[in-house]
Amino acid sequence: MSEKILTRNFDRPDGHSLAVYRETGGYAALEKARAMEPAAIVDEIKKSNLRGLGGAGFPTGMKWSFIPKDHQGPVYLVINADEGEPGTFKDRYLLERDPHALIEGMIIAARAIRAALGFVYIRGEYVEPWRRFSAAVREAYDAGYLGTGFDIVVHRGAGAYICGEETGLISSLEGKKGWPKVKPPFPAIKGAFGAPTIVNNVETIACVPHIINRGAAWFASLGSKTQGGTRLYSVSGRVNRPGVYEESCSITLRELIERAGGVSGSGRLKGVVPGGSSAPILAAHEIDVVMDVDGLRNAGTMAGSAGVIVFDDTVSVPEALMVVARFYAHESCGQCTPCRESTGWIYKMCHRIVDGHGRKDDLDTILDVAKRGAGTTICAFYDGAVGPYISYIEKYRSEFEALCRS
Amino acid sequence: MRRLQSLYPDKRGALLPVLHLAQDTFGYVSLEVEEYVASLFLLSPAHVHEVVTFYTLYFREPKGRHVVAVCHNLSCYLAGARPILAHIEARLGIEAGQTTDDGRITLQSVECLCACEAAPMMQVDDRYELDLTPDKVDHILEGLR
Ligand SMILES: Cc1cc2nc3c(=O)[nH]c(=O)nc-3n(C[C@H](O)[C@H](O)[C@H](O)COP(=O)(O)O)c2cc1C
Ligand code: SF4
Ligand code: FES
Repeated sequence: MSEKILTRNFDRPDGHSLAVYRETGGYAALEKARAMEPAAIVDEIKKSNLRGLGGAGFPTGMKWSFIPKDHQGPVYLVINADEGEPGTFKDRYLLERDPHALIEGMIIAARAIRAALGFVYIRGEYVEPWRRFSAAVREAYDAGYLGTGFDIVVHRGAGAYICGEETGLISSLEGKKGWPKVKPPFPAIKGAFGAPTIVNNVETIACVPHIINRGAAWFASLGSKTQGGTRLYSVSGRVNRPGVYEESCSITLRELIERAGGVSGSGRLKGVVPGGSSAPILAAHEIDVVMDVDGLRNAGTMAGSAGVIVFDDTVSVPEALMVVARFYAHESCGQCTPCRESTGWIYKMCHRIVDGHGRKDDLDTILDVAKRGAGTTICAFYDGAVGPYISYIEKYRSEFEALCRS
Repeated sequence: MRRLQSLYPDKRGALLPVLHLAQDTFGYVSLEVEEYVASLFLLSPAHVHEVVTFYTLYFREPKGRHVVAVCHNLSCYLAGARPILAHIEARLGIEAGQTTDDGRITLQSVECLCACEAAPMMQVDDRYELDLTPDKVDHILEGLR
């Protein structure tokens, strides 16, 4: 088991309070960072091999360095707390149980990118996490950590998965419907309210104080060669002890499932979705993979949000795909034709197959339609939908065929 | 309201929070409320309408005194969300998307609420109710007046 870093106060009932945070070394990193030049902070984060933990796995220090050096006007820091990727729940834990790690990380990140204002975009359904986090922000104001060169606005979303996509989130923060925008320009050049903006996930920024406190080399050594740190794996589905597990990025999927008490139900594994519902599924024989960004990419899937969903061999993959396809059909923002049309159509086809009215050729048609649209859309939502469509059908084709009439 | 608007570099940023406030005050976001909010932001009512209809948490019709939203996404499905939803529908005599005749409960079937470790689960008003069983659900529903 890895040393507990992000989760060290999770088990304490008062772990979210400023008192406990300080008592366990909180806000010491901030003092250290205040003595550092912004460029030195960016450098430290680069050396730590911290990679974005919201989905895309982009190196955080490098992202911060994209803010134009000669920029005069405001720069914003936006925290993505719109957690919505099916199978993921770790940001909820961080907001409720260690809110000051996010606040301290934000103040340090803001110094690095020279932002005076930060937004935390919390999904609308997260009422309790919003209350908890807002209370922590008030504590930080009262203690003088905030309001002295950096301010935080806590913003509530209103229900739309697509607002988790960073440009959709920015549209929504601007008071519009959450339509993703064409990139480039990237947010670091032209983001929220037209200003250079860094969007980072809650967990990514919660790592920052620890890196500053204990050094980039230490953080890098916790993980794999190309990804530093531990991360929070959300494990659910058919396991004996579902929950948040903090483990090294170099853990294998097999080990992780064991940590979560092993496979429940029949006890026999059928497959695992390793990085939230948009990550292609891995079959039972593919679980010796290392759970870092590159390991999962090489295995043909993705680390995504580290939401691990386990299927035992009693799960019907076609039914599971129908459930997943319904989600993508419901959440497509509708801007791009392939995404809008294909997600709706594929959901209907999955329904038809599960109802016993499908034909074997339908499977090839679904694969063909799915592949044709991939890579052509404004945002990565559609590629995320295509991941499960293709992998579920290709890896479990006989199960689909068994349901087909002809 | 003005305070909310002043928090954002452009006051339009406060549109979602103000719509939340409006819904808390009026119960739902009617066309009249949209017009009123539009006037506060110097926007056309059509712009506000477009925003309101994009998001699932704004109600455009009166809702029940309580909103029960059962998650039907993957992890909850794997843990038996379907029988739980069917049980609630039978108890309340309505389907997901409907409100009981007495206006007590609006029932919804929703996407992942990101509490999959405690599946099957549902949201009741502001609260997450976790690790549902039919008995637990009965108890929760009885508590809603
Ligand atoms: C459809 C879609 C949904 C996303 N949802 C989330 C989300 O809920 N939370 C999140 O942090 N990132 C989400 N992302 C990734 C963000 O676009 C962005 O990469 C991330 O917030 C950047 O932060 P990071 O570099 O710290 O990971 C999503 C991306 C896509 C395409
Ligand atoms: S890919 Fe889908 S979700 Fe993304 S912008 Fe296009 S239509 Fe919207
Ligand atoms: S699938 Fe139900 S909470 Fe995530």
